[in-house]
Amino acid sequence: MAEKMAIAKAINESLRHALETDPKVLIMGEDVGKLGGVFRVTDGLQKDFGESRVVDTPLAESGIVGTAIGLALRGYRPVVEIQFDGFVFPAYDQIVTQLAKMHARALGKVRMPVVVRIPYGGGIGAVEHHSESPEALFAHVAGLKVVTPSNPADAYWMMQQAIQSDDPVIFFEPKRRYWDKGEVDTEAIPGPLHRARVAREGTDLTLVAYGPMVKLCLEAADAAAEEGRSLEVVDLRSISPLDFDTVQSSVEKTGRLVVVHEAPVFLGSGAEIAARITERCFYHLEAPVLRVGGYHAPYPPARLEEEYLPDLDRVLDAVDRSLAY
Amino acid sequence: MTVESTAARKARRSAGSKTGDTGTPGGTGTEAAGTTGTAGPKRTSSTTGAKRAPRVARAPRKDAEPQLVQLLTPEGERVRNAEFDPYVAGVTPEELRGLYRDMVLTRRFDAEATALQRQGELGLWASLLGQEAAQIGSGRATREDDYVFPTYREHGVAWCRGVDPTNLLGMFRGVNNGGWDPNSNNFHLYTIVIGSQALHATGYAMGITMDGADSAVLAYFGDGASSQGDVMEAFNYAAVYNAPVIFFCQNNQWAISESNEKQTRVPLYRRAEGFGFPGVRVDGNDVLASLAVTRWALERARRGEGPALIEAFTYRMGAHTTSDDPSRYRHDDERIAWEAKDPILRLRRHLEAAHHTDEGFFAELEAESEALGKRVREVVRAMPDPDRFALFEHAYADGHALVDEERAQFAAYQASFADTEAEGV
Repeated sequence: MAEKMAIAKAINESLRHALETDPKVLIMGEDVGKLGGVFRVTDGLQKDFGESRVVDTPLAESGIVGTAIGLALRGYRPVVEIQFDGFVFPAYDQIVTQLAKMHARALGKVRMPVVVRIPYGGGIGAVEHHSESPEALFAHVAGLKVVTPSNPADAYWMMQQAIQSDDPVIFFEPKRRYWDKGEVDTEAIPGPLHRARVAREGTDLTLVAYGPMVKLCLEAADAAAEEGRSLEVVDLRSISPLDFDTVQSSVEKTGRLVVVHEAPVFLGSGAEIAARITERCFYHLEAPVLRVGGYHAPYPPARLEEEYLPDLDRVLDAVDRSLAY
Repeated sequence: MTVESTAARKARRSAGSKTGDTGTPGGTGTEAAGTTGTAGPKRTSSTTGAKRAPRVARAPRKDAEPQLVQLLTPEGERVRNAEFDPYVAGVTPEELRGLYRDMVLTRRFDAEATALQRQGELGLWASLLGQEAAQIGSGRATREDDYVFPTYREHGVAWCRGVDPTNLLGMFRGVNNGGWDPNSNNFHLYTIVIGSQALHATGYAMGITMDGADSAVLAYFGDGASSQGDVMEAFNYAAVYNAPVIFFCQNNQWAISESNEKQTRVPLYRRAEGFGFPGVRVDGNDVLASLAVTRWALERARRGEGPALIEAFTYRMGAHTTSDDPSRYRHDDERIAWEAKDPILRLRRHLEAAHHTDEGFFAELEAESEALGKRVREVVRAMPDPDRFALFEHAYADGHALVDEERAQFAAYQASFADTEAEGV
């Protein structure tokens, strides 16, 4: 049934569906129960499924992930929430050292079906540690999968697929887009979780983005179209694994690539995409791969974040530079 | 009750007069009997309800030494203990011999592994020498459906859980990073990062509660790990969710080169009080006491009474690992003093005094012990290196495109040597 809903609501519906259909699914995190989460993503779930399935945890992130690992060993499928991107680091050790490696250490004998939900990214005028984009720090770790939806339909289905995954999935939610609405067909047959999506077709240049930056890149493509330029927009959806085939196909067609993310450019996912696409598409490229992203500086105070975050002009500036080659 | 002289660690005098007394919070000198969360073991029959302060997890009086539950003295004499005797009242002479056998075989296995490291067959070994009683006593208290989360030194507990000891050696030889199925013996993989497993154990125990089962979980860690945030978070989660997990801390006095004074200002078992569950210090070189205290903790956890902390006071007789050199940080006379409290020797003295054994028993055990050593030696020497493609195996359960791509590249690279090898160059 197709219905128009916001990303936050789509995730909420997806979690509700998982709780209804699999008794082993648990929701855990700070304020996820009674409050329904600080963004209300888990609103109403504890009321309907009880305190033992929608668990308000002590305020300790390492404990959230560490106990989720134990619950997974017991056969549960915990979906844990880290309240904000900048709060994940107390749990980083458990995620990187334990969660990511447990399956391999046990030579495949145990599985870690744990989803770590992290609202991420800036643009909401928040205080420090509430606006970061640490996806590369997780994508760098073997054993983890890293995904991020850009729209309500993907939010719904990618959450379903993440919960069904027997591998740990870091699920980055674009918090500034939580209230963006779109059609969600809860009876559709979704594509593979780790497949990128061509969000807009074009011929002159490829914009690769994910999460909150997809909307910006679609706007940039609109603006460029007014100037007679046809931009293709690829929504990666998954950062690990990363669907290089879809990006390659696009770049072979357009010959130009600009990668856009909020995370710092230096050693960000754009660096990896640039390296691999250069390797795969060397003779197709008309220009070097360019990147637009955050600077190598701490995420700035809210009054400066518009300077830090990629915006329409910075994306179009990179498009101009690429086309100038 | 005999309290061994080294059992109590005085606070550092240099830290100022106030801090010299770590035993009495507030320094009021009065203590409430039966404080919530510090309840001792359930007393049997007529003593129930008696208005008596629990003997465990209770702040000791000024200058008092921490309580230490001991049922066998170093000389092998049985000490009576009203609280904990009921938990070992049914232990038969045969079971005592079994505990002795477990400890002897565990020590023999451990010695063989140390030797195999010296011979270059293992890259590293973490010896449990001296900690046999704490491990066998606690391990033998578990039920088949209980679950154990070890550090990397719980060879004795692995033995009790029925894990083939040669399985423990793969990671030390460098052929895998764990390598046994945790669910086949409910014995989790060895965990190297200190204290992480305390949270896994707590989560597992939360799952037991959700399942409505009456199993329990035993989480092992050491005195060094007690400083880790994860261990304290585990204490707190376990308390908040009333999870059936027993935190079994083997205080072997040394975290590599750092003594207890570098980890804590209060006896470790007293940490429990602040989290709202009981803590007990047990003589970790006394297998009977370790068994009794662990049974007590497991039984109350099964009854839904939540977590407990057991601090098994023991001593790491050897180095931290085969890469360590204890002569740089501790005196040999300390080790010699602890030798007199050897866990195996004291049970042997007890068995002999009680005429529970004869020469045949010891001779048979000696033969069994040597056979174990021989088997371990042979299995390790025959343990093959893994196939080189194993490095890609099990990185993911559901596969990963990048892993597939890199495996293919690796295969092509390896195949590029085929011609050279065929030519015999």
